[in-house]
Amino acid sequence: MSSPATEVAPAKAPLMPFDKKTRQIAIDPLIDNNPITIQVLGICSALAVTVQVERALVMAAAVTAVVAFSNVAISLIRNLIPSSIRIIVQLSVIASLVIMVDQLLQAFLYDIAKSLSVFVGLIITNCIIMGRAEAFAMANPPWQSFLDGLGNGIGYGVILITVAVFRELLGSGSLLGFQLVPQVAYDLGYVDMGLMVLAPGAFIVLGLLVWAQRTWTGFTEA
Amino acid sequence: MVDLISLAVKSIFVENILLAYFLGMCSFLAVSKKVETAVGLGAAVIFVLTITTPANWALHHFLLREDASLWVALGLEGVDLSFLVFIAFIAVIAAMVQLVEMVLDRFSPTLYNALGIFLPLIAVNCAILGSSLFMVEREYTAAESLVFGFSSGVGWALAIVSMAAIRTKLLYSNVPQGLRGLGITMLTTGLMAIAFMAFAGIQL
Repeated sequence: MSSPATEVAPAKAPLMPFDKKTRQIAIDPLIDNNPITIQVLGICSALAVTVQVERALVMAAAVTAVVAFSNVAISLIRNLIPSSIRIIVQLSVIASLVIMVDQLLQAFLYDIAKSLSVFVGLIITNCIIMGRAEAFAMANPPWQSFLDGLGNGIGYGVILITVAVFRELLGSGSLLGFQLVPQVAYDLGYVDMGLMVLAPGAFIVLGLLVWAQRTWTGFTEA
Repeated sequence: MVDLISLAVKSIFVENILLAYFLGMCSFLAVSKKVETAVGLGAAVIFVLTITTPANWALHHFLLREDASLWVALGLEGVDLSFLVFIAFIAVIAAMVQLVEMVLDRFSPTLYNALGIFLPLIAVNCAILGSSLFMVEREYTAAESLVFGFSSGVGWALAIVSMAAIRTKLLYSNVPQGLRGLGITMLTTGLMAIAFMAFAGIQL
């Protein structure tokens, strides 16, 4: 997991909120150092919540919020955490944030919260969050950590939504619940691809997406 | 009894925790390169799941759920701590993993050496937390949660060991450049998931 982002030295110079290097921290994870396809983190939930675009959007927003704020919190206390118990400290920060997200979802988006079932809780063990806390927030100041969290959350969201678009369009012929494939097509014998809605569809779509993305960026695994 | 056997078959084959619910993918992808290590991690996951799922069941049943037994016994009806489920479960899991590590170190150094490096990894394996959360969502009883924990572990171990075996064979095949590593592993897992779908509909 030696991502380029970890090599950014702790900024000693006066903090420049939007200079080129700082911007790069947030932009890098979108494509070139994407958490899912390149760093191979957080695959579980990427597969499970992508049956419908709506769920993927909510999940992406939840994960982005948790990873951004957990990065900030851990970065603020990074000099106070004894390294022997840092995993426990990180887990409790993350778990508290996830509890807040879960309560908010249950209060305002109850139906979606129910359909995401255990996967909101599983944000705690989403490797992106632990991974970024460990690899970036433990060594960098809060603002940079926030941008890193934001970038990684959005990079995760981009993949999530792409997979969800394919699965919902091919599996149910709709997007965000709107029917896109017209009834005429069904009358003429068009059939939805049932496989896409089931578990194997997720693996295959993500596998092909990884292939496309890695061919484009030229990334190869050592 | 038949219910329990049927639950075990269901959670090993039909609703395999990895192939149907995608839990534990991170370590599945990282540790499935060699069969020996896959067997080690699989055994450790079975072990930890069999302990933590019933432990979390007890915690949830007696302390956390709405009108939990302890609070009713104390005359405090209506106490609902279920929002603490996440943090309590992850704490139990981390503590159990630590405990298992210490007990193994003391009483079975051979097993400890075999599983050693994998044990700490398990605390953040989503399959462990996921099973506990499923146990709450599906309202299992104590016996069911024990069987569910054990058989989810067996299902996960089965998937990772077979994947490791397939990946050993894959070393000799000519995979396109961009597909090497994650891509081909994903596609193979997809095919495995299709194969496991053949078990759907098995009833005891």
